[in-house]
Amino acid sequence: MDQIFEYILAALLVIGGIFAIVGSFGLLKLPTMMQRLHAPTKATTLGVGSALIASMLYFWFYENKVSWHELMITLFLFLTAPITANFIAKAQLHRATDKSDLPPTGVGTEWATFDPEVSSVNPDLLHDRDPG
Amino acid sequence: MLRRLFPHPLLSLLLVVSWLLLVNQFKIGSLVMAVILAIIIPKLTAPYWPNRPPLKHIPAFAAYVLLVIWDIVLANIQVARIVLFMRNENIRSGWLAVPIDLKSPEAITILAGTITMTPGTVTSDMSSCGRVLLVHALHAPDPASVIHDIKTRYEARLKRIFE
Repeated sequence: MDQIFEYILAALLVIGGIFAIVGSFGLLKLPTMMQRLHAPTKATTLGVGSALIASMLYFWFYENKVSWHELMITLFLFLTAPITANFIAKAQLHRATDKSDLPPTGVGTEWATFDPEVSSVNPDLLHDRDPG
Repeated sequence: MLRRLFPHPLLSLLLVVSWLLLVNQFKIGSLVMAVILAIIIPKLTAPYWPNRPPLKHIPAFAAYVLLVIWDIVLANIQVARIVLFMRNENIRSGWLAVPIDLKSPEAITILAGTITMTPGTVTSDMSSCGRVLLVHALHAPDPASVIHDIKTRYEARLKRIFE
């Protein structure tokens, strides 16, 4: 039983490691900035996730106590990963993307990043916009 | 009285639970500390929460979280396969304009986060009227089907939960 459990833990750690490596490899391999953004936001989630599951199982089985920190790490990761990705994507739009590269919105307004007069959005939200 | 102390009951509950999880063991002292935090933090952040996010179906929301976790696992495998086994020139990336019907800002935020965490898509921007999301897809030979998936799989469920 102990041995089976060790195999499970080892498998989880190996799977986590593989996904972390694939995420970093994607960062090297993919050619454009927006494509590179995909590898670390996705492939590493599972890498971190399986390491955390392995840690929870370890404490539960060997130390006989339930550890909750892993759940908190998962929660914080899920809250921060999309926001970081969105910030990087926004920076990329501002610095290196032309308006003509993007598809039309289809509803008559511009994408918020390229709209010179974002009027229908609450002005309180627009502190970060450069007036020039 | 209770309403005044806890203007956002769900937020307060979430804070109590997170504090207890951070402490990692149950003691009366940490419960008291958790309740103090659950009273102070919603008060301090009240300007950012002008109205209560209407979370109507909590079981449906739990089901949504499980669905998203499952999709994240699938997304990881899918992106790993694209990174490892596809030649760069065969990867067809592109921008998608995803029209959304959701109205509440909380629901749109969750939808945008979900899109970023799941199969090969990252939410990048929004139209200035707030009715269209700009999504970048890593490999989307058929953009229409990706948009259809997002709308039926995630948006329809969020609509039921929040509106």
